Amino acid sequence: MSWLRLGWRKLTSMRTALVLLFLLALAAVPGSLLPQTPLNPEKVKSYISDHGAWGRFLDKIGMFDVFASAWFTAIYLLLFVSLVGCLIPRIRLHTKALRRAPLAAPRNLSRLPESSSFTTTAAPGEYAAAARTTLGRRWRVERREEPSGAITLSAEKGYSRETGNLLFHVALLSALVLIAIGKLYSYQGSVIIQQGQGFCNTPVLYDSWKPGRFAAEGKVHPAPFCITDLSKFTATYSSSGEPLQFSAKVQYKPSLTSSTRTTTISVNHPLRLEGDRVYLIGHGFAPQVTIRMPDGSVRHDVSSFIPQDPSTLYSEGVFKEQGVDGAKQDIGIQGFFAPTPHDNGGGVFTSSSPKVDNPVLGIFVWFGDLNLNGLPQSVYDLDTSKMTKIGTANLKIGETRTFSNGVSVTFDGWVPWVSMQVSHDPAQGYLLFAAIAMVLGLMGSLGVRRRRVWLRISSAPARGGSDSSHTVVQIGGLARSDSGNFSAEFSALLERLRSGSAPTSELVGAGKE
Amino acid sequence: MAGINGSMAHLSDTLFTTAIATYALAMVGYTAEYSFGKKELRSGAKVATPARELVGAGAPVLEKSPGFGEPPASAPAVRGSFAEKIGRWSVVLMVFGVLVHAGSIAVRGFAVDAVPWSNMYEFASVAGLVGVLAFLIVLWKAPSIRRLGGFILLPVIVLMFLAGTVWYSRAQPLVPALQSYWLAIHVTLAAVSEGAFMTSAVLTFLYLLSARHARRPLKSTRLATLVSRLPSAETLDKAAYRVVAFSFPLYTVAVICGAIWAEAAWGRYWGWDPKETWAFIVWVIYACYLHARATAGWKGRAAAWINLTGFGAITFNFLVVNIVVSGLHSYAGLS
Repeated sequence: MSWLRLGWRKLTSMRTALVLLFLLALAAVPGSLLPQTPLNPEKVKSYISDHGAWGRFLDKIGMFDVFASAWFTAIYLLLFVSLVGCLIPRIRLHTKALRRAPLAAPRNLSRLPESSSFTTTAAPGEYAAAARTTLGRRWRVERREEPSGAITLSAEKGYSRETGNLLFHVALLSALVLIAIGKLYSYQGSVIIQQGQGFCNTPVLYDSWKPGRFAAEGKVHPAPFCITDLSKFTATYSSSGEPLQFSAKVQYKPSLTSSTRTTTISVNHPLRLEGDRVYLIGHGFAPQVTIRMPDGSVRHDVSSFIPQDPSTLYSEGVFKEQGVDGAKQDIGIQGFFAPTPHDNGGGVFTSSSPKVDNPVLGIFVWFGDLNLNGLPQSVYDLDTSKMTKIGTANLKIGETRTFSNGVSVTFDGWVPWVSMQVSHDPAQGYLLFAAIAMVLGLMGSLGVRRRRVWLRISSAPARGGSDSSHTVVQIGGLARSDSGNFSAEFSALLERLRSGSAPTSELVGAGKE
Repeated sequence: MAGINGSMAHLSDTLFTTAIATYALAMVGYTAEYSFGKKELRSGAKVATPARELVGAGAPVLEKSPGFGEPPASAPAVRGSFAEKIGRWSVVLMVFGVLVHAGSIAVRGFAVDAVPWSNMYEFASVAGLVGVLAFLIVLWKAPSIRRLGGFILLPVIVLMFLAGTVWYSRAQPLVPALQSYWLAIHVTLAAVSEGAFMTSAVLTFLYLLSARHARRPLKSTRLATLVSRLPSAETLDKAAYRVVAFSFPLYTVAVICGAIWAEAAWGRYWGWDPKETWAFIVWVIYACYLHARATAGWKGRAAAWINLTGFGAITFNFLVVNIVVSGLHSYAGLS
């Protein structure tokens, strides 16, 4: 009964696991077809506003952040529990099986999927010893004697199949735990710096800061390293404008006290520091302008523009110049930067290539109140609600345009900017080990052939008039896994057992169910 | 990074077109063998030996086809029959096509100075080559499958035709994100394991067909003939499993290598990019398949359908995710 119960429990848990696996695959599908907040929040917003009630409903049930949603989490936690529940008894069983001798031979070997028998002139004991040698070290062999006097050999091999299977699943569980730990302790910061600027690994200095839970609670202390200077950013393009290489030469200090070092960060080649990695993930242009304000003062400004078209790097950005407090004489400029300008007519320029070739800076100049005392504003947006437009211009480098109120704008040139991302995940190195263990486990689990073979060696009464007694050897075999071709293996083994150990042997009969 | 060698790129395109034409000719040959040899097979099916030992009929076209399983009418055992000859020449053509095809890929590689499977056109071309090569390797071991040559070449030709027309992109240098030795490792592993999954899907399809025929004989005599030439349903099922047992660990390694590369290129090892999500879905479905085969009540046909679902997900990942969904893996080269 207990075997039955165990069998039943195993069956149900395997079925449950199967259904949960299915659900996991199914649940991941919307995560790839609908826009996801962690990947693209703007797309999610526009999707929701485009689809009204349907969009809000999807949002409510977590369809825009599937992999953090309650139901996705529920599925994989259930799977996790089911896996643990399945693994513990199996590990116990397998450790027992590893120590236990192979099972005693079944009564009727000819009932097994593969079976055969032959006779030999060797004495039973002699043959049993020889057969043991023939089987060799790969088989675990147990010799038993039956009440009838027959000797049986129980041979089994392929234990590492289950070992691999268990290793894979344990490694998989460890990988899931490591991913979770990594998430808790991780942080990710990104920052835009212009050529000549630098930054330090301090949360407040980042433009965007995504901490894991423990990092958010202040339990993780970001390593105090600094990229002190972006010395030079280089982008190379093919003649037709396809990007070939981006690289950023930087100076950095691994810690506050260490001396300054120089390195190059490029795509696929991040700077790896103790615990942190620094990536080059984007770049753009920061036009430089000189602005004469209504009060006669002169401002020099440089502002990072955001690329609107990744293939041509046509970019947009703003300049904000505050005038005397309360005088409502602020200047705001909306800018459009075309690295290789293409005149579309009507004063509108686009860009035809990301390479810089006589760039043009298009400007809309606004006069009035920048409204900076109100709500916090993005540095890339201009609030023109309290301003009036005093003119537009398309400037080449070195050109100046004068507007009303004594305002003039000069396009002085540009510097490149790069966006850098700093990532911290203390678990990912261990995760790699878990992944390697998973693969090794899989190879054992799917590649090793699990086989059982039994031999029953008994002496038979002498035949006819001959007084030389002979020995009958019955063999039966069972494949406990699908891999390989057991029939062929069995015949080969039979051949070795028959010929390798006795001077004369005669095949009595080969049976196959 | 040097530019593109234009004349070599052009040569590669010419070789590609030549390969398609050669495959098409070979397919015509295989089909001819299939239809001319059909009667031989119907009559000689019971012999169940490799094709070259099958008996041939003198003028099969004129003869009324006997029904499936009927004893041979008056078939003189001609070893080098007409159908037989056509079949052999088709293999020769196929080998020639493979050489030209491999040449096209190699020359493209020299032209772009990188491994030539970085966009959809190139990936499809390589996948097609892997498919034909796999068939030739199996043919070497088991000559009897020659009759199925047309069935293998048809999807390959369709794939290459789409590659050369709809997905074609001219040779261009690799974008910075792809300039990594992981391109060779990750994409090659993905192509080989997915190619193997495709083989498993074909075997599974044939298994289902065969199992269906065993339960209720198929009405179509053509299909019934096809099934009669196949190995037993059990053998097909086992073969399909063994292929998955080979490709699943390989696919796992491909995904892990992808994660290692993503860590270096994008700053994280996993980010649920659509391609990554579908790689995960495919992996989970094949994990389901392996578990189903070990679960009572799920063995056999249920497991087979899971296998086909897995290949469906691979196809979706290649076609829909590449073309329709945008993500970091958008290297299809289509615009």
